[in-house]
Amino acid sequence: MATNYVSSAAAQHHPRHGEVLLDVQGLVKHFPINQGVVFKRRVGAVQAVDGVNFQLRRGETLGVVGESGCGKSTLARLLMRLETPTRGKAILEGRDIYSLNGSELRRLRRNVQMVMQDPYTSLNPRMTVGDIIGEPFEIHPDAAPRGDRRRRVQELLEVVGLNPEHINRYPHQFSGGQRQRIGIARALALRPQIIVCDEPVSALDVSIQAQVINLLEGLQAEFGLSYIFIAHDLSVVRHIADRVAVMYLGKIVEVGTETEIYERPTHPYTQALLSAVPVPDPRARNHREIIRLEGDVPSPANPPSGCHFRTRCWKAQDICATQEPKLTPRQADPHPVACHFAELRHPVR
Amino acid sequence: MSAPAKHHLLEVKDLFVEFRSRDGVTKVINGVSYHLDPGETLAVLGESGSGKSVTAQAIMGILDMPPAAIPSGQILYNGVDLLTLSEEKRREVRGKEISMIFQDALSALNPVFPVGWQIGEVLRKREGKSRAEARKRAIELMDLVKIPASKQRVGDYPHQFSGGMRQRVMIAMSLAQDPKVLIADEPTTALDVTVQAQIMDLLGDLRRDLNMGLILITHDLGVVADVADRIAVMYAGRIIEEAPVFDIYEAPAHPYTKGLLASIPRLDMRGQELATIKGLPPNLAKIPPGCPFHPRCPYAQPICREVVPAKHVLGPRYSACHFAQEVVTSGN
Repeated sequence: MATNYVSSAAAQHHPRHGEVLLDVQGLVKHFPINQGVVFKRRVGAVQAVDGVNFQLRRGETLGVVGESGCGKSTLARLLMRLETPTRGKAILEGRDIYSLNGSELRRLRRNVQMVMQDPYTSLNPRMTVGDIIGEPFEIHPDAAPRGDRRRRVQELLEVVGLNPEHINRYPHQFSGGQRQRIGIARALALRPQIIVCDEPVSALDVSIQAQVINLLEGLQAEFGLSYIFIAHDLSVVRHIADRVAVMYLGKIVEVGTETEIYERPTHPYTQALLSAVPVPDPRARNHREIIRLEGDVPSPANPPSGCHFRTRCWKAQDICATQEPKLTPRQADPHPVACHFAELRHPVR
Repeated sequence: MSAPAKHHLLEVKDLFVEFRSRDGVTKVINGVSYHLDPGETLAVLGESGSGKSVTAQAIMGILDMPPAAIPSGQILYNGVDLLTLSEEKRREVRGKEISMIFQDALSALNPVFPVGWQIGEVLRKREGKSRAEARKRAIELMDLVKIPASKQRVGDYPHQFSGGMRQRVMIAMSLAQDPKVLIADEPTTALDVTVQAQIMDLLGDLRRDLNMGLILITHDLGVVADVADRIAVMYAGRIIEEAPVFDIYEAPAHPYTKGLLASIPRLDMRGQELATIKGLPPNLAKIPPGCPFHPRCPYAQPICREVVPAKHVLGPRYSACHFAQEVVTSGN
């Protein structure tokens, strides 16, 4: 697995034609809400992720966007197997990652690594950078022979654009952007096929954000990585993603290529989301038609019946309350969307 | 505080702020000047550590002194220098004349008191209003910031509100005494885009309806483009460029602004590689000599390492760059 690393890079120029690496089927995660001190009764469930299906191909970037509370981060944690799903499968190399245990699981885990959001809290302040990046080798000793590790860590530092001589420094000696690079180096250490990036740039300043995005894109081209790129910033996702999934209250409401989602969105929520993104150009001020959504995202513990978005949707009809729209291709545009009244709305900006 | 019309509503003049600690002196603000008129929106743009929030805290008089110190400079409100006033006098300005909202509404609100109580607190404490009067006014204020069902929700606690609603509570609180200047420090950074649009709209409407001066502190070039009249860009405790909003997006006159504009991914453009500003913002304890931006600047010449650039005035705008004219004519 580690040796075919470079050859896999060939696929990345046509990401859509790459083989399917990860196949997520009907993933559901409900967190129980308990009441009572001595006798705990289950009184409900937070339906954080509620039936998510998608495929990730080799060398592609799948962007996952949505507002806070839509289940993006729970999805990331599920894919890392930091949470056990209530239902559903995620098939990697022909095997369901939730059915594995012990050494098999450990082997599979190498293939999926994660870059966290906050570079200030995701690095242990008492470990040197060398120890942090080398820690995966402690858990997977066969990935690098003991004597070779220091050199490997230095290589990784160089790959992410840090000075290899800084191997003995501590995280506090680095700036936010540099720390995020350390987090990326750690994720790269075991040469994974998939990296789950959970809001990797949202804590960074604009000028630094661009550096990290460019780094992620460069690494993808170099190593043929697949990314699941979770973010709330739609502009960043458009920049980096090949395909985009839009989530709302635990469900994917629309999924398609970057062009389909950004140029021809058919779900009202996607349209509203896109129209609300500020454009850094004052000349656009009076030419933009912003769809203003009323109210807030409903609680995932008690989502609306039928279509989850209907309470904030201007197109809602009776059918939306009774029948949940399926995520399938609709007449308006061939990409899958979960809306009874999907239609194109021209110039979204 | 009656003043002749000549004065700006608020004017910061050549302000210096430093933090004195055992490790030495960190110069956080190095000669910042800007002004604000009624009904105007000034955006102060900068990355973390550029001094944008510290300037605001100096205006509000909420800097911890020590460790902070203001060695020189003036903050004129209607022509009166706030820095020379006694703490008692400043308290009268704070809230009543100049008010502020903060980035993180959840930590700015007290979790153990109902929101109505917190909105009305200033009225009870400062204006001697009774509980009932304060509560009534709190409901009015909640209506003003468009919190639905204000009568029912006045007794709710902050955790019962969503992020956007909490920010509205903060805004209501800051408006309780009808301030003339509202300073909003990253008011939408913690919010989702759809909610962000609602809050920015609200701030814009309030500014217009109440004819307030609004200082909007942000790092987001997108948010600013929609609402600001003028933009001041800060770097290493200085304003390096100030310009009317259209001019700055059309043709930035400082290489830093130019780099910032080029480095943001845009929704309406699918770029390949993002332009970046190389290097890191300077350590404020050792700001480089000459122009503080020179180590990262593509235009840098020997002169930039030695001479701090003066303000180059170009019509309605200025830029603190030796090559301002060249930068501005090179376009965006």
